Amino acid sequence: MTVREPAVLRLRAASLSFGRRTLWSHLDLDVSPGEFVAVLGANGSGKTSLIRAILGLQSLTGGTVEVAGRPVRRGSEEIGYVPQQRRADPLTPMRARDFVAQGLTGHRWGTGLPSAARRRSVTAALAAVGAAEYGDLPIGLLSGGEQQRVRIAQALVTDPSVLLCDEPLLSLDLPSQRTVTALVDRRRREHRSAVLFVTHEINPVLPYVDRVLYLAGGRFRIGEVDEVLTSATLSELFEAPIEVIRVGGRILVAGTPDTPEQAHHDHHHEAAR
Amino acid sequence: MSDPSIWQQIFDFSDYGSLLALVHNTIIAGAVLGVVAGLISTFVMMRDLPFAVHGISELSFAGAAGFLLAGGSVVIGALTGSLVAALVIGALGSRARDRNSIIGVLMPFGLGLGVLFLSLYHGRAANKFGLLTGQIAAIDTPRLAALIGTAIVVTAGLVIVWRPLSFASIDPEVAAARGVPVRLLSTVFMLLLGLTVAMSVQIVGALLVLSVVCTPAAAAMRVTASRVLVPVLSVAFAVTAMVGGTLLELGSYSVPISPYVTTISFAIYLACRGYGTVRSRRGWTARRPAGPAAAAPA
Repeated sequence: MTVREPAVLRLRAASLSFGRRTLWSHLDLDVSPGEFVAVLGANGSGKTSLIRAILGLQSLTGGTVEVAGRPVRRGSEEIGYVPQQRRADPLTPMRARDFVAQGLTGHRWGTGLPSAARRRSVTAALAAVGAAEYGDLPIGLLSGGEQQRVRIAQALVTDPSVLLCDEPLLSLDLPSQRTVTALVDRRRREHRSAVLFVTHEINPVLPYVDRVLYLAGGRFRIGEVDEVLTSATLSELFEAPIEVIRVGGRILVAGTPDTPEQAHHDHHHEAAR
Repeated sequence: MSDPSIWQQIFDFSDYGSLLALVHNTIIAGAVLGVVAGLISTFVMMRDLPFAVHGISELSFAGAAGFLLAGGSVVIGALTGSLVAALVIGALGSRARDRNSIIGVLMPFGLGLGVLFLSLYHGRAANKFGLLTGQIAAIDTPRLAALIGTAIVVTAGLVIVWRPLSFASIDPEVAAARGVPVRLLSTVFMLLLGLTVAMSVQIVGALLVLSVVCTPAAAAMRVTASRVLVPVLSVAFAVTAMVGGTLLELGSYSVPISPYVTTISFAIYLACRGYGTVRSRRGWTARRPAGPAAAAPA
């Protein structure tokens, strides 16, 4: 293990509860520049809430979050955010480059005036994700994979030191998934952005992941893939028999309470408490 | 068209010059409304609010009818009704599903109240149907002043919130992450929309507000995706429909303004849709190799 640079994203004893339900507590996490951390866990385990807490949109029940050495605040330019892929309406009155420009100045009041400097930043961001050729097309007419590239360009246009990705591969086809993960990986290698990548599926990001944060039932495990994604660790975390199988470079996890049937059961269980 | 008298009821341009002088104010009012409605319809489309516009206009109608019955000002009544409706819809319906059900509940109630007030009202009959289907009844100068004042407030408001409101309308999650006050903007927008609808109800009538507060931008979005051209075209379309409708209406002594406005508005929409379809077939989405020459101002 190499010596880590000072963390650019730092959580200390972070806890989040809604009423009596604890999503996670006493979470300590340091993410170094250029590090790729995958966040795994069942639906409702608090992955998206963790992202929202780092964005300053969700206050913690306890503990602190710091980005680039400062407490988080809403709208920080140090953070780039790539949300779940959601198709833009076909009639959205915006070209791909306008969409990217929102990342720079979309939060400012007024109508905005054309700016050569902004235009250059947007063009560079589009080129960096290989979206230059459709930069002038309406965002709503691009394919899902193309739209997600444009979203990444938007997230990177402020040159953030932390990149938060919340299930960015959802509903993308396999080639687009590969493209998106490769773009995120290139960003952290070339610009040393720290990456927190929420996903329910480890395999698409497996080649790039440095560490895994696995959230489950109010508890969590942090570590390298080989430490966390094992039958022993996950069985202990879920307090249930979990089988982790490695097949041809892929990891298959069987028995996590993530199936609809099990979720239904959990629901009843929770209601009974 | 066997009966020429029907055609004459719709179009009769004798005495046109003298009529034109009488409706000077109305034409100005139409143009002013066109500008505001064209601008705001861009956001109505982006935020998927056409149904909300319809709901607000029915409540605005109820307010106007109520004030008319009570001997108050129709202008204030229309404003009260539409602001209350806009705030209720904005506060209770942040999600599209909730919003539509709330509007579906409010709208018939508003319409029913309005009909009740009108049936109890024994004043001039022209006022009655005017609120529902529009009226050209010469707009007097104080009323025009109120209209222009409202238009200035709405336009200034929209210009101030333009960029963050676009961001929040298209991509609320990322906008919130970038520090845009998404909820606040939603409330501000509903207030501006309420003001616009109250203006529109007095001219085109409650039933036909959508033809100036939705159709223009819906048409513009069929032919361009430029964030500058959409509002510009939308305003041009709305002003054309309003002023054109007013000028045509002068030729009729029995038909109210609304059919003329809605027909022009709809014709523009059809033309834009047709053009958009042809353009898509020819490959609007064709990928071009990027180069500095292909660039347009951001």
